[in-house]
Amino acid sequence: MNDMTPIETTLKDWETDQEVRWCPGCGDYAILKAVQRTLPMLGADPKNTVFVSGIGCSSRFPYYVQSYGFHSIHGRAPAVATGIKLANPQLDVWLITGDGDGMSIGGNHTMHVLRRNLDCQIMLFNNEIYGLTKGQYSPTSRTGTPSPTSPAGSVDRPASPCAFALGSGARFVARSYDVSKDLPEVLKAAYRHKGAAFVEIFQNCIVYNKDRFDDFIEKSVAAESQVQCRDGEPLLFAKGTKGLALDLETLSLKVVEVTDGDWQGAGVLVHNVRNRGLAHMLVEMPFRPFPMALGVIYDDPATTFESAVIAERQSLIAGKTADLGKLLAQGQTWTVP
Amino acid sequence: MMATISSDDRGAGPAAPEGAAVEAVVVRFAGDSGDGMQLTGGQFTLSTALAGNDLATFPDFPAEIRAPQGTLFGVSAFQINFGSSEITTAGDAPDVLVAMNPAALKTNIHALKPGGMVIVDTGEFGRRNLEKAKYAESPLEDGSLARWDVLAFDISALTLEAVKPFGLGNKEALRCKNMWTLGLALWMFDRDRGPLVDWLNAKFAKNPVLAAANIAALNAGHAYGETAELAGPMQRLHVDPVPSAPGLYRTVTGAEAISLGLVAGCRLAGLPMFFGGYPITPASAILHHLVKMKEFGVTTFQAEDEIAAICSAIGASYAGQLGVTSSSGPGIALKGEAMGLAVMTELPLVIVNSQRGGPSTGLPTKTEQSDLYQAVYGRNGDAPLPVIAARSPADAFRCAIEACRIATAFMTPVILLTDGYTANASEPWQVPDPETFEAFPVRFLEERNGVDRVLPYKRDERGVRPWIRPGTPGLMHRIGGIEKALDTGNIDYAPDVHQAQTDARKARIDGIASAIPPQDICLGEDSGSLLVVGWGSTFGPIHQAVRRARTKGLAVSHLHVRHVWPLPPNLGTLLAEFEHVLVPEMNTGQLKTLLRDRYLVDAVSLNKTSGQPFAIAELEDAIARFFDGVAGNEGGEVEVNENQLPAPGIERP
Repeated sequence: MNDMTPIETTLKDWETDQEVRWCPGCGDYAILKAVQRTLPMLGADPKNTVFVSGIGCSSRFPYYVQSYGFHSIHGRAPAVATGIKLANPQLDVWLITGDGDGMSIGGNHTMHVLRRNLDCQIMLFNNEIYGLTKGQYSPTSRTGTPSPTSPAGSVDRPASPCAFALGSGARFVARSYDVSKDLPEVLKAAYRHKGAAFVEIFQNCIVYNKDRFDDFIEKSVAAESQVQCRDGEPLLFAKGTKGLALDLETLSLKVVEVTDGDWQGAGVLVHNVRNRGLAHMLVEMPFRPFPMALGVIYDDPATTFESAVIAERQSLIAGKTADLGKLLAQGQTWTVP
Repeated sequence: MMATISSDDRGAGPAAPEGAAVEAVVVRFAGDSGDGMQLTGGQFTLSTALAGNDLATFPDFPAEIRAPQGTLFGVSAFQINFGSSEITTAGDAPDVLVAMNPAALKTNIHALKPGGMVIVDTGEFGRRNLEKAKYAESPLEDGSLARWDVLAFDISALTLEAVKPFGLGNKEALRCKNMWTLGLALWMFDRDRGPLVDWLNAKFAKNPVLAAANIAALNAGHAYGETAELAGPMQRLHVDPVPSAPGLYRTVTGAEAISLGLVAGCRLAGLPMFFGGYPITPASAILHHLVKMKEFGVTTFQAEDEIAAICSAIGASYAGQLGVTSSSGPGIALKGEAMGLAVMTELPLVIVNSQRGGPSTGLPTKTEQSDLYQAVYGRNGDAPLPVIAARSPADAFRCAIEACRIATAFMTPVILLTDGYTANASEPWQVPDPETFEAFPVRFLEERNGVDRVLPYKRDERGVRPWIRPGTPGLMHRIGGIEKALDTGNIDYAPDVHQAQTDARKARIDGIASAIPPQDICLGEDSGSLLVVGWGSTFGPIHQAVRRARTKGLAVSHLHVRHVWPLPPNLGTLLAEFEHVLVPEMNTGQLKTLLRDRYLVDAVSLNKTSGQPFAIAELEDAIARFFDGVAGNEGGEVEVNENQLPAPGIERP
């Protein structure tokens, strides 16, 4: 985010004249709409907004947002974004990536943009598959995923993007999914966070990995299998009949039954977005018996990279003048008469 | 007998008279990599420049930071050629060798001219060091050094004695040896110690005792020359100042000159500079220099890898600064895909390649010019971009400005080629007056250039698209690495669109040929028997070799290519005026391929890939093969280090 005065826009202002080329029914459509709906609520200014992406289905995103956009190369969007933000810290930079782009070929850059804490919003569309290259397993595919390159099921163990982000020093970690009604709220929180805001968005690839996330998204199981993380509220799910508590013996989370709404009595933890230890436990809970933690899991701002770079520069140039003639004649000189 | 000191002679000649003025001298300091030889050489260079001599240097150091002490592979050397006439190379064979230990002696003695002088520190010639250098017997005693004048004394003990009053530990005291040796060298060449004393006081400002000890060592070395009874070989040599154009001078290394040129270039373009870099030898020096120039609107970013370094620079260019990145061969290879992105998005970018020996990790600290193919051709797809090569440290300043000019004027990435030799070597440089530079201010698009819409890929008559900064109202647009429609830049990979855009990208870069200076012949006539064509850091040795050949009456000329791509439009005509074209390169014939391809000229290659610059004699030898029956033309008797392979012979066409 930046500190510009809010601008009034509507969803229409954020649509381009380009025909959207995702497969019909792709989860990307829902994410695009959520973003275009959220940007006016944020008071964002199209001329100061830059969407930067890598390569993959998700990375076509910038073409469909009426702002400045840069569709770069595979995995390198965080580096391009770093250059853009350092060159002009006034710009709102959104980084669009996927599980292949951001966790595989670009994993290194994802790590560094997070640890440096560049002020930007990172949206990682996780569909647990390589879509654009036609369905190979990805670094987030569950073990046993059958694909053209793993006919007997993939043998790799999957990486967890949110755990990776926390491990890389991220100061904001959130999780949502393409059709979630909470996605705009998560995006708003990401935007309000000054620093690198990492948002993992589960996204349905209807061609190569259809309904992969139904085990926690599908209506009949959603309440039972999702825990919404809201700052200051108890970590309850299953319509308030279950909660997450701390098992003091193993120093890990446990699922507890809540009777008659007495969550305090059951020892259910209250979510605190500044509690890094809790965030680690929430993103690493094994799905089932644990629910999927969604919402803003961690949000504790720290100095941003670009402001640190500016401060460093000011301390280095204090008292110096930019006299090119003097610079060229630096060091020991002699004069030939 | 005194060492033979003369400018052009190879091998022994008549002894110089006592205290005589000589025209040029080559001195090599060699020692353990921990002995501070590069520092000693650097300070000797400075005092030489201050004395008004022209000079050229060649630092030659191992890739290991601290190789085990006393070993053959841990030897670090610094050679300087200085004189009272124009100097363009670090010289072939040294007249004087300073060897701080047996390993330094062993690896360098064969480079020394017969009759040359070698100064050794006997304090380092104990059994252990002799064994490490693989000497069965001390070379000081077995007569194997009979061809040279050996001056052996215990520099270690003399240094310890000189710094005794300062109460340093033995190890610290011995580290003053290099200053003692420098003091002796300054005495030999009649140099002022004043600037060195100032420098030591500044360097050790926080530790006055160390400053005083080093100064005492320096003075002791100087006094040793002055008073010791070494009337024989030990005499003062005076090299007269070179007549130069009036003006202010300093010494500059290639890495410094590039940094200064980039700062000047960005100022002329009216842009802040963004430098994205990742440490690599020998390119890191540029980043080290630029971090100290932030008051000139320079932002430096040490990225997580080479790819991030160039991608961040591309991002900065997209946002309206001039993005610059720098690396050496292996790092440049990693940047290849991103260069294609800059070609496709048509953004200005300067990529500096300080070439080193390859392939792969190759020779990290040794020089080569084998990345020409990589620069001109090394990307996927048809991805043309301009390539400029600097011929010397001082020339690198001009080339860096030129790279900024072309990048911004034509909205293109530009590769600036230099090499390990140019980056590290220093030479005197007449400090230019910034007032005399011609500015090339950049203009961003501020208003719509199409009917009610922005057309980011609408090209002007030169085929150049507008530069549009994010943040500009009403000009929102999307760019990327995927093929794009004419004018709008929207995704479009229809067959005719890709054909048209490929043609447009090529035509734009080809068109740069008309915006660069025409090629000149830098020495000799415009026609004749032989044209020696070089590029990059081979300028010095080629120039001297052609000069010598011409004094023998041979019809040889020297042409040095600065704009490697696109080539100057008149180059083909110039080549056609000569019977033969010889292309010496520190690679296996890369410019030769380019010339043959462009001009169907039967260019002959002279190749060297030993990690060492060409010796003048090697080139003289190659030139001689094109001429029969010319008096005084015996061909070059190449005198090179035994570790340095002579260049392979060439087949005369």
